[in-house]
Amino acid sequence: MATTTLAGAEVTVDEEGFMTEYDEWNEDIAAALAANIGIELGEGHWQVIKFLREDYKEQGETPMLRRVSNVGGVSTKELFQLFPKKPAKKMSYVAGVPKPHGCV
Amino acid sequence: MTTAQEAPSLVPNFGDEETDRKICFIASKGTLDMVYPSLVMANAALGEGVETHIFFTFWGMDIITKKHMENLQFTWMGNTAMHPPGKRLHMPQGAAGLPGMTKMATKMMKKQIADLDVPEVPEFVQMIADAGGHLWACKMSVDMMELTEEDLLDDVEGIISATDFIELSDGAQVIFT
Repeated sequence: MATTTLAGAEVTVDEEGFMTEYDEWNEDIAAALAANIGIELGEGHWQVIKFLREDYKEQGETPMLRRVSNVGGVSTKELFQLFPKKPAKKMSYVAGVPKPHGCV
Repeated sequence: MTTAQEAPSLVPNFGDEETDRKICFIASKGTLDMVYPSLVMANAALGEGVETHIFFTFWGMDIITKKHMENLQFTWMGNTAMHPPGKRLHMPQGAAGLPGMTKMATKMMKKQIADLDVPEVPEFVQMIADAGGHLWACKMSVDMMELTEEDLLDDVEGIISATDFIELSDGAQVIFT
């Protein structure tokens, strides 16, 4: 595991740069992670991030897009607008949870 | 192992630089088990930012035909590999033809799919369209099955010929299912 500095804090990341410690995350770090991939966080992003973090905590795994849409209440179209091209990976990166592993 | 890193921080490569990767699926079957491969893979491709097209032809037309899309069926007739999940139990081919068997097998498969949190066909096609997938209907199939545009989902972009598909799939990876 490597560490990197985000928003003035030292955080643990895997070899790709995804955070590995759920509790090291905070909102400033999220903004820094988002800026790293060219995203400025708005209300829609925060709704997704909040859902991802809560759902990961409850379920023990990162939700797939369909669950974010059906349970989290952010439509597939919006998800592709908020986190262009690779929404599942990008939203989990910013939310500080692992990449989702499911197929659908 | 811990290594301290200087800024800029380690950022995953999301492959955002322009890519010309493009995938075209040909969905030619309408049995419940055979419609999922192209839907699952098309959905995954879209989630990876790849330009994705599905060309529906022959019985695959049922996937985008309003009247049929909710009622796709599964039978193990002709599928000698059939066994119930996790069991080493042979399912006799003759039994597949008994009245009510298709209904029962369909119900079982739909339950297994739902248990995995995978959507039924209409919702899945909608997800793919919402994610920016391009849906095309085959002209010959439309004529053969006496369909019109009104019979098809609104998200279908057009009814196209085989030649159109060949042009459309120029440079793409084409997968027949």
